[in-house]
Amino acid sequence: MVACRAIGILSRFSAFRILRSRGYICRNFTGSSALLTRTHINYGVKGDVAVVRINSPNSKVNTLSKELHSEFTEVMNEIWASDQIRSAVLISSKPGCFIAGADINMLSACKTLQEVTQLSQEAQRILEKLEKSPKPVVAAINGSCLGGGLELAISCQYRIATKDRKTVLGVPEVLLGALPGAGGTQRLPKMVGVPAALDMMLTGRNIRADRAKKMGLVDQLVEPLGPGLKPPEERTMEYLEEVAITFAKGLADKKISPKRNKGLVEKLTAYAMTIPFVRQQVYKKVEEKVRKQTKGLYPAPLKIIDVVKTGIEQGSDAGYLSESQKFGELVMTKESKALMGLYHGQVLCKKNKFGAPQKDVKHLAILGAGLMGAGIAQVSVDKGLKTILKDATLTGLDRGQQQVFKGLNDKVKKKALTSFERDSIFSNLTGQLDYQGFEKADMVIEAVFEDLSLKHRVLKEVEAVIPDHCIFASNTSALPISEIAAVSKRPEKVIGMHYFSPVDKMQLLEIITTEKTSRDTSASAVAVGLKQGKVIIVVKEGVDPKKLDSLTTSFGFPVGAATLVDEVGVDVAKHVAEDLGKVFGERFGGGNPELLTQMVSKGFLGRKSGKGFYIYQEGVKRKDLNSDMDSILASLKLPPKSEVSSDEDIQFRLVTRFVNEAVMCLQEGILATPAEGDIGAVFGLGFPPCLGGWSRRLGKQLTLAWSPCCISFNELLFLYSGPFRFVDLYGAQTIVDRLKKYEAAYGKQFTPCQLLADHANSPNKKFYQ
Amino acid sequence: MTTILTCPFKKLPTTSKWALRFAVQTKTKKTLAKPNIRNVVVVDGVRTPFLLSGTSYKDLMPHDLARAALTGLLHRTSVPKEVVDYIIFGTVIQEVKTSNVAREAALGAGFSDKTPAHTVTMACISANQAMTTGVGLIASGQCDVIVAGGVELMSDIPIRHSRKMRKLMLDLNKAKSMGQRLSLISKFRLNFLAPELPAVAEFSTSETMGHSADRLAAAFAVSRLEQDEYALRSHSLAKKAQDEGLLSDVVPFRVPGKDTVTKDNGIRPSSLEQMAKLKPAFIKPYGTVTAANSSFLTDGASAMLIMAEEKALAMGYKPKAYLRDFMYVSQDPKDQLLLGPTYATPKVLEKAGLTMNDIDAFEFHEAFSGQILANFKAMDSDWFAENYMGRKTKVGLPPLEKFNNWGGSLSLGHPFGATGCRLVMAAANRLRKEGGQYGLVAACAAGGQPSMVVCAYNSSYSGG
Repeated sequence: MVACRAIGILSRFSAFRILRSRGYICRNFTGSSALLTRTHINYGVKGDVAVVRINSPNSKVNTLSKELHSEFTEVMNEIWASDQIRSAVLISSKPGCFIAGADINMLSACKTLQEVTQLSQEAQRILEKLEKSPKPVVAAINGSCLGGGLELAISCQYRIATKDRKTVLGVPEVLLGALPGAGGTQRLPKMVGVPAALDMMLTGRNIRADRAKKMGLVDQLVEPLGPGLKPPEERTMEYLEEVAITFAKGLADKKISPKRNKGLVEKLTAYAMTIPFVRQQVYKKVEEKVRKQTKGLYPAPLKIIDVVKTGIEQGSDAGYLSESQKFGELVMTKESKALMGLYHGQVLCKKNKFGAPQKDVKHLAILGAGLMGAGIAQVSVDKGLKTILKDATLTGLDRGQQQVFKGLNDKVKKKALTSFERDSIFSNLTGQLDYQGFEKADMVIEAVFEDLSLKHRVLKEVEAVIPDHCIFASNTSALPISEIAAVSKRPEKVIGMHYFSPVDKMQLLEIITTEKTSRDTSASAVAVGLKQGKVIIVVKEGVDPKKLDSLTTSFGFPVGAATLVDEVGVDVAKHVAEDLGKVFGERFGGGNPELLTQMVSKGFLGRKSGKGFYIYQEGVKRKDLNSDMDSILASLKLPPKSEVSSDEDIQFRLVTRFVNEAVMCLQEGILATPAEGDIGAVFGLGFPPCLGGWSRRLGKQLTLAWSPCCISFNELLFLYSGPFRFVDLYGAQTIVDRLKKYEAAYGKQFTPCQLLADHANSPNKKFYQ
Repeated sequence: MTTILTCPFKKLPTTSKWALRFAVQTKTKKTLAKPNIRNVVVVDGVRTPFLLSGTSYKDLMPHDLARAALTGLLHRTSVPKEVVDYIIFGTVIQEVKTSNVAREAALGAGFSDKTPAHTVTMACISANQAMTTGVGLIASGQCDVIVAGGVELMSDIPIRHSRKMRKLMLDLNKAKSMGQRLSLISKFRLNFLAPELPAVAEFSTSETMGHSADRLAAAFAVSRLEQDEYALRSHSLAKKAQDEGLLSDVVPFRVPGKDTVTKDNGIRPSSLEQMAKLKPAFIKPYGTVTAANSSFLTDGASAMLIMAEEKALAMGYKPKAYLRDFMYVSQDPKDQLLLGPTYATPKVLEKAGLTMNDIDAFEFHEAFSGQILANFKAMDSDWFAENYMGRKTKVGLPPLEKFNNWGGSLSLGHPFGATGCRLVMAAANRLRKEGGQYGLVAACAAGGQPSMVVCAYNSSYSGG
């Protein structure tokens, strides 16, 4: 058996790849060494089916690079030319990934529009050839099949996907400010219908295999296998290949039809779309929606609609041409470059730069079952961490446990979990009022009220019961970690882990180290954060406890502040505000703590009390503004200063100050790299434009934002994906000029920091080279 | 999964006076008796003919079938009803009206109303659980005489109203005024009437057993042809055993208002060509598990008389076998649902101090051809043993010539709750017929949970 396989593998390099006899194969092999140089793709022949295996070297994922492209063309030409091969199967050699998309570096490296357009046209050409292949080609998909990978798959005659959780299909180009540039805009609408295709392309969402089957994106599903005579993953891949081969044979013998039976709804939709008037209405509707959600900021969605429209109304040739041109235009935009940069930054923040910790954290204990504590518990239990949730009161504990359960149950409703999985995940959580079981904890995260003396008390209590190796992490957003650690017997084990609310939705985790924090403690904290699925930035807390938090917490920073403050709790925010005010002095001036004080006195504590800036009702998704706030806001309104109060000024006042703070963090060594700062800004504020469905999320956030200037703020900052990229693209000099103007009007909080001034003085200096 | 070992009576403790009579046996293997633990014996066991569901038993209720098995046992053993200390029955899909089916059947069969009875459920090894519960009661000295059995009637299953409808109906019951009733009725929606069907599916994974079997077969690369061949073997051997009158545990059942049923009706040896024509039943269109290589939905009941050895001898019985060691194991309900025999076999053999080579008769429950063959491959794999069982070497294959020689669940049928007793009786009867000493019974069961192995010893009472 093994021998046969080995021979099969060798034979794929031969010029005559017919398995006539074993003798032949050995001879073929010796004559084919020249072809052994293929590194990305190779193929073998089983019977009359060619099995093409994709395997980008030295990488966890397969990406569509130039090399892969040319080797694929080469291999397909050989297959088409061979008399013995009647059909083919395309499969990846990497279990978790079919093709993850185009190589972003290849795109970033392009200097001119023509270069990009040409890349797109080349891809279109080979995929068109593939689509018209006289020999049926079956795509066997296990793992991510995204972007160019999906475009390749839908050019094949048949698609078989494993029903694995890792198997996702999608065209996420829009999230990088581009569009599917290898025929996707033309083929997808034909395959799944215009509305579904537009939805996929405009949101970039990932589609799971079973959903893909229902949509008609894949033709067959294969269940992942359990343990057998080989590791499950390996055998599942083999099985997928076996099944794909039988289908390839069936297709070649015309025993199986590649045509799919469409359901009634699908047929009706397809029929409706043949009526020009209906089509126009659909385009119009979608366009309206996109404009509303993006405020016309992102050029990609509108271009996608445009290209799809061109293909349908003027025929495929025009469609393909338009696709490649628009693809080129989009990739060259600053928006796309920024988003791609952000993508790289995010990849960077998904790594543990401290290496593997000495001891894996398996038992976690969380103090405080409030919104944050319960949120942290939720993202921990579903990753298999045994978690203790401790609170001081039964009501608090109950609420926290309910929150965790509800979070999991919502996933059941969305069919991301089964009710059984929910229950078994939930069993990882222990709710309690005492310190029982803490002797087994590897890490304790405290999320108690933001009060230094309280934190000191729990730290001492906890240190009395935990084992020596256990790490104490504080989820404080305002208090200096070094001050919390001051009462610790083992300050090297104390670290800050600042989560963002709501924890299960916000991807960012900010890890704050002090002078004394040991490297292994940092490594552990990062490892836990990564396990929880977070994007992590690590910041240093200096002797002078200036904190990056001024960038990312709610206070003094009005982006979506209303929502954030409500989520965190108005009383907490007030507390934080007072603390920050004490520490930062003038640099943090400008906000009005009176607002929060008045809110607390009226009982508007945010989501937990049902009223804050908004009104919260159980089961009601829409949030209405709390009208009682009007009077408070009106009473506190500052008299505007006319010379710096144009709409533009309001926007820039916010942006430049924010940017200034960020640069100062870098200058003072709080931030290690600009990339971490950008990631922190974008993710910490909850508008991840380059990850999962910005159009839904951004749209929501925009409508929620409570003043027009916030919207503008989003526009300015997030268009450029973070403060550092913003400086690079917008020009340091301009920003410094603005700051100086505001400094004159408002005072010191607008003084440009030294690093920013340096950048302004030497225009060649960039944060990203 | 259930596994049973049957072992010969040769090495009985010398204190046992009747053991001396068999000193001339050809094979001499060690006894599995344990000091200070009572020996438990099977006096005899019977079963109704196993029928495809929806055939002659379709108008009966489960306790009717169970009663038939009990009266058959009374008839066969002539045991005085009043000596029976306890009755235990296994069943899987319960008829709500007779949830303690053991008690209803016992009363109907004329057992003393002073004899307690309870019903156990453990998926496909419910009857095994009934037997081992009995073994425990006897070994611990609580009882001397136990009737254990199992019943399943797949012709009629409880189909329920939807949860919403049930809630509405229950609330209506509690409503006090007309106004309350009307307001409740106004909540009625047509979709409340959609019924809830019981599925042969895992609750934890929502995967049907057949689907799981197909995946298991694929994981072990068991081909469709292999599965069909194995199913054909099962049917052929069952047919042969039936024709030769070897299935002596079957007692005729006079179905009220119908003809007397005398034999199993699911045995249908076909040809490989015919079987190859069938389409996959679960994973469509490319799966390998079909109707022909799976066990079918079956109606049937079985019952067995178990006693403490000294009691049986005192009453003048010649027991058929000892029931020795048993073991239940459990695994992941998703991917290893049907691998119980692989896990249980080495453990129970170890417990009994035996090896594969010592076993003369293997009786494994055949849920699906693919499942049996996957277990074979797992037992024959060093890699599997190392990575999943924590063993250094493979379990080893049971020799096919000693394996399910009189057919199995694929051909005889598989009434979930009743199969366990059939397996034990088949092992005991085979040992007697073939002159073997130890038998091993194994079965897989839903929940990924149990695999149990009972070790029995074949006595040669009939000769003596």
